[in-house]
Amino acid sequence: MTMVDLKDYASPVRPTWCTGCGNYGIWNALKQALVEAGLAPHQVMLVSGIGCGSKLPDYTTANGFMSLHGRTLAIATGARLANHGMKVICTHGDGDGYSEGGNHFISTVRRNVGIVDIVQNNRVYGLTKGQYSPTSPQGFVTSTSPEGSIEPMFLPLAVAIAAGGTFVARGWSGDTEHLTWLIKEALGHRGYALVDVLQPCVSFNRMYSYNWLRPRVYKVQDEPGYDPGDKTAALVRAQEFGDRIPLGILYRTEDEPAYEEQVPALAAGPLVQQPLRTTSAEDYESLKMEYV
Amino acid sequence: MGAVDVTFKFGGEAGQGVETTGRAFARSVVRAGLHVFGYQDYHSRIRGGHNYYQIRVSDREVHSHNEQVHVLLPFTQVTVNEHLREVVPGGAVVLDPALGIDEKQIAATGARPMPVPLQQIALNEGGDVVMANTAATGAAAGLVGLDLEVVSGVVRDSFGKKGGPVVEKNLKVAAAAYGFARDKYARDFAFKLTGRKGSPRMMISGNDALAMGALVGGVKFVAGYPMTPGSPILEWLAAHSAEYGLVTKHAEDEIAAVNMIIGAAQMGARSLTTTSGGGFCLMVEALGLAGMTEVPIVVIDVQRPGPATGHATRHEQGDLLFLIHAAQGEFPRIVLAPGTIEQCFEAGYRALNLAERFQCPVLILSDAFLAHSPRDLPLEAFDLNVPIDRGDLLTEEQLDTLQAPYLRHAVTESGVSPRALPGHPKAVYPISSDEHEANGHICEDAAARIEQMSKRMRKLETARGEMSAPIEYGPREAELTFVTWGSTVGPLRSVLELLQAEGKTAHIVQIVDIWPLPVDKVEQALQGAKKLVVVEQNYGGQLATLLRACTDVRPAALINRYDGRPMTPEYILRRLQEVA
Repeated sequence: MTMVDLKDYASPVRPTWCTGCGNYGIWNALKQALVEAGLAPHQVMLVSGIGCGSKLPDYTTANGFMSLHGRTLAIATGARLANHGMKVICTHGDGDGYSEGGNHFISTVRRNVGIVDIVQNNRVYGLTKGQYSPTSPQGFVTSTSPEGSIEPMFLPLAVAIAAGGTFVARGWSGDTEHLTWLIKEALGHRGYALVDVLQPCVSFNRMYSYNWLRPRVYKVQDEPGYDPGDKTAALVRAQEFGDRIPLGILYRTEDEPAYEEQVPALAAGPLVQQPLRTTSAEDYESLKMEYV
Repeated sequence: MGAVDVTFKFGGEAGQGVETTGRAFARSVVRAGLHVFGYQDYHSRIRGGHNYYQIRVSDREVHSHNEQVHVLLPFTQVTVNEHLREVVPGGAVVLDPALGIDEKQIAATGARPMPVPLQQIALNEGGDVVMANTAATGAAAGLVGLDLEVVSGVVRDSFGKKGGPVVEKNLKVAAAAYGFARDKYARDFAFKLTGRKGSPRMMISGNDALAMGALVGGVKFVAGYPMTPGSPILEWLAAHSAEYGLVTKHAEDEIAAVNMIIGAAQMGARSLTTTSGGGFCLMVEALGLAGMTEVPIVVIDVQRPGPATGHATRHEQGDLLFLIHAAQGEFPRIVLAPGTIEQCFEAGYRALNLAERFQCPVLILSDAFLAHSPRDLPLEAFDLNVPIDRGDLLTEEQLDTLQAPYLRHAVTESGVSPRALPGHPKAVYPISSDEHEANGHICEDAAARIEQMSKRMRKLETARGEMSAPIEYGPREAELTFVTWGSTVGPLRSVLELLQAEGKTAHIVQIVDIWPLPVDKVEQALQGAKKLVVVEQNYGGQLATLLRACTDVRPAALINRYDGRPMTPEYILRRLQEVA
């Protein structure tokens, strides 16, 4: 294992997040998990979209790709399929991941590409100054829902389990030790790992503060007899969001191969390390004979 | 034109095997040593409607279809109604009496009805009415004197996978129909095809040539979402992925497809996506992302008529100005517009090279007519030992010895910054869709904006210097100069041959490297033009607009078409009389 230190991930660029923002907790947990996993910055590709949380790669020394709003998972999928020797980690918000990127979310879960997907879920649009998000509760009053939002809230963990997710977890930014453990487990997962992270937005979502979240969250591994291999039980927990909010690995299986394990061309190693032309000149010449 | 110039037309409903039959016949003709141009016309439906496949055969190279038919093979009455007027005097209508087609109507036009009991032959010899298509191929060959052995060879290749009995039955059907048509009609039929000896030739269309060019050019990652007429490229690359070591991903939508190739390309895989105009619309935001982050990608737009769904299976060249301008803001991009099969092959690998050299999106603008229409080419037409140029890509050794911190967007004179692929400890960097500094970090500073913006835009000027001159046919001093792009060059070359046959001539200027427009080279090619006519398949005259905007060239007239049907030489000549 490479000797890696937290300082290796330090960047000269200072975060612009508000004081008290949940992103600090997520950022620290991610870096700590990477260090504990023995991953050096050059072995990691951080992919993000657009939003406050998506600026994380800018504040971290690692390979990074700050892309378009909602397209994080598509960029990450291409990156992973081109180089599955690298750890590909996404950090993006609930608007990016579950709204603008909703189609990519469902497809990426089904595909089981080896990506760690950390969704910074503050249940509001922060960077655009406080509109309701897919995970905002029904009736949430914001500048774009002055009479209260009409849609019921999106349940990302339930959707992920239903779509065939193989690692479905939730953490929260107020417990970085637990979140570090979750991210480390996700880094060790074979396929796509969803880590939905509840985080307060201290500027635009005063309702769902640290004081609102702390008494409600509980860890599924503390529940007697909880089995993360039981999909049906996990689906029940995944719909629980109110007085009690489950944290931890709700569902996990290591029995399903990752997408990249099943692509013939990738058996020879990461695509970017393979030669541009892989077979003999005669093989290429035979392409023409298909037309004679 | 050559001594031989004969056109066959197979017509029927979708699902009747019109295309398969037409293609098999065309392949037989190529194997007999003759030249072909195939043209396919079909509706956006799986069953029914009216489709046709037209094969023009000559003893010289053929550049386009035309409006004359010598042998019509209708599988439906509709085919007769639609195409009888195209049959030349003395031309044949080979029909199955079982279809109940009105023979008197045919004879009244000067064409000759030639009943051949195709279904009966199929049942008697093969035991299955489906083989009537094979019978049609055999009958057409027997009528014009094509060697039966050539047809049999194609039958063997086409049905080989289905096993011995199927092949044998089809061979018997082909032979019986061949004999019937030859014995009953060949003697006094004026149009003949005489096979010639020669080396084997390919019969290939633009989509396949483009895909093959990309494959030999080292494409490693392909993502796409099916859309006619671009999907055959995706399918071709998927079919060859396992054997040739690449990854092809059918993505959830075009937005995912283009973003996937951007992710893959940033990691270092040569990447492309393929679509048509509607799918390209969805890719536009990501196109800007590739421009901003300087990630080399190739996007193929096989055009069809728009806007919206337009004509799904038909032809237009309406996306030129859109591709040149697509996405908000300004960034460098390169647009190549191949017009021939050979140019499609070349564009396939060249686009990958240009993308990595200039670290920007490269767009290939093909079109439905080019995509679907096969021509025959000698094997040597595609030299598979193509140049591969990865541009200013830092090697492992160069990175090992790097002294200063690596700057992904370092400011250079050419605008191109040395590129390091992610994964080396000495070149750990972010890239960003936000405006950024040379090191890739987000930056809103005005001076940094000017520095990075002008660095990127300098690449456009560097690239402009390397864009090839237009391709010219015919003498520059001709009374008439046609300027064109894309597959319209095919019918124009046929026009040139028709004019030459009358002792006249014309000059054709075909612009392939269309953006950044090599202004000096274009102006030079058009300098002495006496009368300049732009010919393109769209409503507004998009190339004409581009020439007016970017050059001193002032076209005198526009010949256009926007009914979804590709121009024929006859169409161009008719329109020329109007504008002359």
